[in-house]
Amino acid sequence: MKQLTAIIQPFRLDDVRDALYNVGIHGMTVTEVKGFGRQKGHTELYRGAEYVIDFLPKIQLDIALTDDMVDCAVDAISSVARSGKIGDGKIFIKPLERVIRIRTGETDESAV
Amino acid sequence: MKRLSLTAMLMLPGAATASTADWLQSISVISAGDTTWVMVSTILVLFMTIPGLALFYAGMVRKKNVLATMMQSFATCCLIAIIWVCFGYSLAFTPNIGLIGGADRFFLNGLDLLTEKGLVTVYPGAASIPESVFMLFQMAFAVIAGAIITGAFAERMKFSALLWFVGLWSLLIYVPTAHWVWGPGGWLALDGVLDYAGGTVIHINAGIAGLVAAVVIGKRVGYGRESMMPHNLVLTLIGTAMLWIGWFGFNAGSALAADARAGMALVATQIATAAAALTWIFIEVCLKHKPSALGLASGAIAGLVGITPAAGFVSPQSALAIGAITSAVCFFTATKLKYWLGYDDSLDAFGIHGIGGIVGAVLTGVFVSTDISATDTTLWIQIESVLITIAYSAVGSAILLKLIDKTVGLRVDYDEERQGLDLVLHGERVE
Repeated sequence: MKQLTAIIQPFRLDDVRDALYNVGIHGMTVTEVKGFGRQKGHTELYRGAEYVIDFLPKIQLDIALTDDMVDCAVDAISSVARSGKIGDGKIFIKPLERVIRIRTGETDESAV
Repeated sequence: MKRLSLTAMLMLPGAATASTADWLQSISVISAGDTTWVMVSTILVLFMTIPGLALFYAGMVRKKNVLATMMQSFATCCLIAIIWVCFGYSLAFTPNIGLIGGADRFFLNGLDLLTEKGLVTVYPGAASIPESVFMLFQMAFAVIAGAIITGAFAERMKFSALLWFVGLWSLLIYVPTAHWVWGPGGWLALDGVLDYAGGTVIHINAGIAGLVAAVVIGKRVGYGRESMMPHNLVLTLIGTAMLWIGWFGFNAGSALAADARAGMALVATQIATAAAALTWIFIEVCLKHKPSALGLASGAIAGLVGITPAAGFVSPQSALAIGAITSAVCFFTATKLKYWLGYDDSLDAFGIHGIGGIVGAVLTGVFVSTDISATDTTLWIQIESVLITIAYSAVGSAILLKLIDKTVGLRVDYDEERQGLDLVLHGERVE
């Protein structure tokens, strides 16, 4: 099993959720985060005081997947979250050791 | 007006109203219309401070300081209210000498309503309203003058020091200035100074005190390097609107009557403010910035300040010019001058109130309409009053601040400032 973590632009969330649903992925956890990569940020001007905003709001998606689902999840997310401009985000795949569904006690593949 | 020697003016007893004993009148002199309007104006002016100014400032500070910032306005209102009834009103508005009023009305002694006898005291300059209403109207002005200063040292002043400073400033600096410009026999009034609703008495006074305080207290930790963005401009816009609406009481209420002068002041206020707000965002666009909400709000306030000394003395057409000019000058001082000179007047108490008051006072001399105001002034007399107020407020505030710093200490310490005043001074948090 793998854990997929995707950092995407906040306004892409709805499209990504729909795209994942279409490939059979029905569960995810969403967190509001801030960050930057090569996208520097923007400046804001308040009464003559200029502020450089480095930390831009992003959305982090965490999904637990069986190994065979990873590629289609990555494709689904990438195709929808890509705009071609700096700031689109990144996807990280990490190994996942165990998964338990609390309600039923199911583990691993049946819990994903 | 005949010009008297300086000494004569300072020491001269107030002319026709030499004693408050004359102030007891038959209740029949009271006009319901005038009294209603001044009562409403009083409430509007109080509304300007609580919560108008409180919200205006609150939105512009960081979230960790928002309660403390609002608390400054609210506490100032309470403190100055008490000082005013105990000593302030008497020293500002009773006849004595040109320099300062008398003790006749300490603790409002002699401010009477004798219902059975049908007698009530009235202030001679507001002869158709009860003295109680006049006193309270003036209290609201004293309150907002103190509250305006708090913008200069936002986010770093101790609460105890704040109370000491605004309390003493109100009594020792505001009250004498009010006497000079508005009080019976006040020497600047005798000299012919025109200040309809307090451009000098309130805004220059508070603005200069703010500038001095900002310099004495010093810059905020991290100023110029860290982000000190307004945390919620919605609050600021709401506050601006409350100030705008309340200001009609401030300016038109200063007619002390529900009459044509008040009507003209009402009109001048709206026109100047609208022109000023548009001017500010117009300048922003000309400088290739985006027209901002904070800019619109700042422009509006600049216009309101600018028209304050002029409201009852100028034509509606002049009001447009006064609004636009004041806004343009304040734009420069708030967004550029402050950074060139390197002081941290956090919320532009000087940049907008101080400078706006100065510009307004001078423009009153330029645009005064003898038709509307049945009086006249000269540019020099207006400038003179500006310079005197600046000098007195600057020196007086500096002395008070140094004194308080030596005894109580003005500023919170480094860690406290980092943590945020809400938690440190008041034990409370917003989120």
